[in-house]
Amino acid sequence: MLRLFVTGASPRTSSAIANLKQICEQELEGRYDLEIIDVLENPEMAESERILATPTLIKSLPLPLRRVIGDLSDKEKVLLGLEVHPKQLNSVNQGGAPS
Amino acid sequence: MTEAAKYLAVEKIATGISSFDIIAKGGLPRNRTTLISGTAGSGKTIFAVQFLAAGIELGFPGVFVTFEESAADIRKNMRSFGWDLAKWEAEGLLAFVDASPDPEIDSVESGGFDLGALLARVKHAVKKVKAERVAVDSLGAVFSQFSDQSIVRSELFRIASALKAIGVTAVLTAERTDDYGHIARFGVEEFIADNVMILRNVLEDESRRRTIEILTFRGCDHQKGEYPFTIVPDGGVIVIPLSAMQLSMKSSNVRISSGNQKLDEMCGGGLFRDSVTLVSGATGTGKTLTVTQFLQGGTADGERCLLLAFEESRDQLFRNATGWGFDFEAMEAAGLLRVVCDYPDVSGLEDWLVTIQATIREFKPQRVALDSLSALEHVGTAKAFREFVIGLTSFIKHEEITGLFTSTTASLMGGDSITETHISTLTDSIILLRYVEMFGDMKRGLTVLKMRGSWHDKAIREFTIDKGGMKMGRPFRNVTGILSGAPVHVSPGDVERAWSRLEKDSEILRRESGSAEAGSDGAATERRRVFPPESE
Repeated sequence: MLRLFVTGASPRTSSAIANLKQICEQELEGRYDLEIIDVLENPEMAESERILATPTLIKSLPLPLRRVIGDLSDKEKVLLGLEVHPKQLNSVNQGGAPS
Repeated sequence: MTEAAKYLAVEKIATGISSFDIIAKGGLPRNRTTLISGTAGSGKTIFAVQFLAAGIELGFPGVFVTFEESAADIRKNMRSFGWDLAKWEAEGLLAFVDASPDPEIDSVESGGFDLGALLARVKHAVKKVKAERVAVDSLGAVFSQFSDQSIVRSELFRIASALKAIGVTAVLTAERTDDYGHIARFGVEEFIADNVMILRNVLEDESRRRTIEILTFRGCDHQKGEYPFTIVPDGGVIVIPLSAMQLSMKSSNVRISSGNQKLDEMCGGGLFRDSVTLVSGATGTGKTLTVTQFLQGGTADGERCLLLAFEESRDQLFRNATGWGFDFEAMEAAGLLRVVCDYPDVSGLEDWLVTIQATIREFKPQRVALDSLSALEHVGTAKAFREFVIGLTSFIKHEEITGLFTSTTASLMGGDSITETHISTLTDSIILLRYVEMFGDMKRGLTVLKMRGSWHDKAIREFTIDKGGMKMGRPFRNVTGILSGAPVHVSPGDVERAWSRLEKDSEILRRESGSAEAGSDGAATERRRVFPPESE
């Protein structure tokens, strides 16, 4: 369950969306639900989630709740931030991949 | 552009913060951003909240953007100042944008970002309550929430210009590490805002002194330099505008009685209304008696009198008054007298000034006596004390009240006190009470040293104290050097010779100037005319 908060249709917005879609397709293979929220249209949602920066990606499920700020150009950091391990999403991490 | 046009170009809004608008010459520039920089505990958040609270009371809604404390904490903390933020929120007069760090939210940064969401939230809140005022507390805390400082810097610029674009007047707070040093911690805050103000909380001789300084108001005028302020419950920031107060002082020619007929005569007919008199003397010379008479004189004319006593307890004062034949209790019962007794050390001088002003506003006395200034002298620094006296004298005059302050000299004979050297220029009249040693006896002497705008008796007169109060006697004719604290007795023959010489001199002067009226140089003759010397 992912939600991406963006500001309008800026170049940063489009690159964040493109980066995110690429990561999701490569690493999550359809096991995700993505919602994109424009803070200009939904400032109240940004208020209730206490979001300052855009783009901000929120992973609400599975827990823990994680946030990644930025245009998501650094794939490693995104995956680290989301605590999603490449291709090992459902397996137990036995110390193989760095956490 | 002419000077006048330049000032007109920037409109100011009255903040409603007590006396701040005086030093800001009208208030904060409208539709501009003002940085309030200060060290930890200098009162930035209070000032920011008060800016909104005062605005709401004037009918202008506001938005508070917090990066540091949570909205819940601010609501709670500000209750002690009498500001019910939750109520205003419910009434749609105030909105919070809570951007304080949430410890439960863990986030990482990946690539470039902006603060578009924050800006959208602020704009939304401003629109929601139709805000005219925005407070942002504090800029420094934004930096600590993100690792990429350069982005934060440029985004804050964007937010500041956006605030101006949507037509609100904003205050932004920023931390600084030293009270005297860089304007703000990150070195860029002052460039984000149009105007810069500094709040200081300096430790001077073991006591804290708060000051406010307006550094720059782009395109408009303001008072320069540091002004003391204090923070009080139920009021928040109260600025003490020193020089600004004196501009509007009036002057009156109405004389009032000092409560002693002879002393009135020596002052040329009594004290001026809206004047401040300083009574200086060593311990036991009769200062408190002078105060008591002054109060008696007032209540006898049906005037309300306020006594601020910092040396003696209420019981002592009442007993003393009874001993001199004055009934304080009856005066109090008649509602003409109020006695405020307290230890000078219970609060700082700025707080005393605010308390005294509040008491005066409430009781509306025609006379105020303070016994003694010397007791307050040690509460703060010399500078703070001077500011206190300036603040009090100008306030008293502004309210057209007659003031009588006492000060205690350190040495028994002659000399002056620190109080006097500090404030003699601030008071309109000075009455000196001195011990005079004469052939093994201690006698008391009184002289009117200064009486602004009036003739006064220049003699040093002996006086005694008995059940009826102060009894004025003859001038000390055979003694010189009383004021210097080293009285020397001279023979009556020498005195006569000296006087006749003085008279001759003034006669020559009179003839030279061709005027029948004696000027101030003829004071010696004049004095004799009004007070014929009583021979031994």
